[in-house]
Amino acid sequence: MKLEIKNLTKTFGGVRAIDDISLHFPSGSLSAVIGPNGAGKSTFFNLISGAFAADSGEVLLDGRNILRLSKTERMHRGIGRAFQVASCFPTMTVAENLMASVTAHLGRWGNLACRFPPPGVRERADTVMELVGLTQVANVRAAILSHGDQKLLDIAIALALEPKVLLLDEPTAGMGPEERWRMIERVRALWEQQKLTLVFIEHDMDIVFKVASTIRVLCYGRVLAEGTPDEIRSNPAVIEAYLGTEADAA
Amino acid sequence: MKGRPGLRDAAMAILALIVVLAIPLLHRSPAFEDFIIRLSAMALFATSLNLLVGNTGMVSFGHGLFYGLGAYAFALTMQMTDLPLPAAAVVAVLVTAFGALGVGAICVRLSTDYFAFITLAVQMLFYSIIISWQSLTGGDQGLRGGIPRREIFGFELASQLHLYQFCAVIAVFGLLALRHITASPFGQTLRMIRDNESRASFLGIVMWRARLIAFTIAGAFAGLGGVLAALFVSGAYPELADWPNSGQAIFAVMLGGINSFLGPVLGAMILLALNDVVTRFTEYHGLVLGMVILAFALGLRRGVLDFLRLAWPGHLK
Repeated sequence: MKLEIKNLTKTFGGVRAIDDISLHFPSGSLSAVIGPNGAGKSTFFNLISGAFAADSGEVLLDGRNILRLSKTERMHRGIGRAFQVASCFPTMTVAENLMASVTAHLGRWGNLACRFPPPGVRERADTVMELVGLTQVANVRAAILSHGDQKLLDIAIALALEPKVLLLDEPTAGMGPEERWRMIERVRALWEQQKLTLVFIEHDMDIVFKVASTIRVLCYGRVLAEGTPDEIRSNPAVIEAYLGTEADAA
Repeated sequence: MKGRPGLRDAAMAILALIVVLAIPLLHRSPAFEDFIIRLSAMALFATSLNLLVGNTGMVSFGHGLFYGLGAYAFALTMQMTDLPLPAAAVVAVLVTAFGALGVGAICVRLSTDYFAFITLAVQMLFYSIIISWQSLTGGDQGLRGGIPRREIFGFELASQLHLYQFCAVIAVFGLLALRHITASPFGQTLRMIRDNESRASFLGIVMWRARLIAFTIAGAFAGLGGVLAALFVSGAYPELADWPNSGQAIFAVMLGGINSFLGPVLGAMILLALNDVVTRFTEYHGLVLGMVILAFALGLRRGVLDFLRLAWPGHLK
């Protein structure tokens, strides 16, 4: 599914966090969103997924505006997301996390008649666990998983809802260099297998330039630049505002 | 664990029921029978509260309202109508469920702290109504005149043995029903809300609706406990709906363990046993009770059953 953003705007008490952003993510694309801290990247995701209400603009999913829909309705239309800080259900095992998510997604969260899990749910959860590679820790409580596995579980919960468009907010946040690459390879594999339209926020430029087919650079709530990795690397405005400062800092 | 957990729970419940029903056939002890009757009421009360506290993470300070409402609704129905006892009990539970639905509609959207305060406030309001509406409730004297003891299925509830049997059956089946609810997909939904509200809402769970259903179910089962309490005291007293009674249920939940289904039952046992033993030796039983609770809170840092399950993982459910 293709995702189109038109003239999206959001202000927080006078600050334009997202300022008239228009972007196009073609169906089946793998894109990165980068930008300095406070550029509005996470807010951008929150507006698409429906966590925040936008002030104005359009979010088109295959041409249909979903901006006035609730986050649940958007989820049912195929928008999935994972969070910057891994968001799962800590007292439940990995398998329970996924079975509960699938149950909720099927609209059966209020079911009082049968035992948990309802029929068919376990199979779907198993499939997702295999997909992301969490089968070995299926019966481990989420709270005691490694950081990387928690991030994977967060993505797995999103995948359990069978999204068409997947938004990943810093899938490699807080990971060591080696773990980062393993994680991003897995994300890439998922994107390929599941034919997702995948958008991820990332701070590691090596990863971004290597993995993403197109890159969008946000700065102060505006689109500073967009293009292929090569175009972004040589874009003077990006170097000035973002890459340059990274290099200075390093 | 594997196979048919529902059948296993039912088997355990039946087994427990057989044991409890067999005891008076072997040895009659009025004190023990009294204890079980009070425990049945308290166990339903505390376990229903734990559906909110332990399962959903909603700490209600006003749960005694529904215990009292169940008791008054039942006693008044029995006094004012000719309905048979089971029908009056059903009426009482329905009244309590609707009461909980109404109170819940006001409370469940509030954040944790305000939820706790408002449930407490509504309970105090209800208590004041009981005290002031003397013509209906008998005010602070309680509902006098007793409950007409109509015979049901050959049961004569004026007999202590029959009351014992009745309460044990109701409590065991009530607990089994609550167990089923916590083990259902809805029970899992409540744990999702407790664990991570924001993620749960992203998965399509309608937060206020799930909370309201939980609050209503918990209220109804507290009302069922209230019915048993009314049978035991043969009437209804404002103390049943007073806030210290809510506190008792919270103590039972904390003492027994919020993360184990039978924790509140064990807590209710400990609490009642302590009350019985300590009041025999001193009038300062509140002091002793407080020290015991402190010892549990500071020593174990969790309820007894939760503690045991952590100490021997895999052996206790």
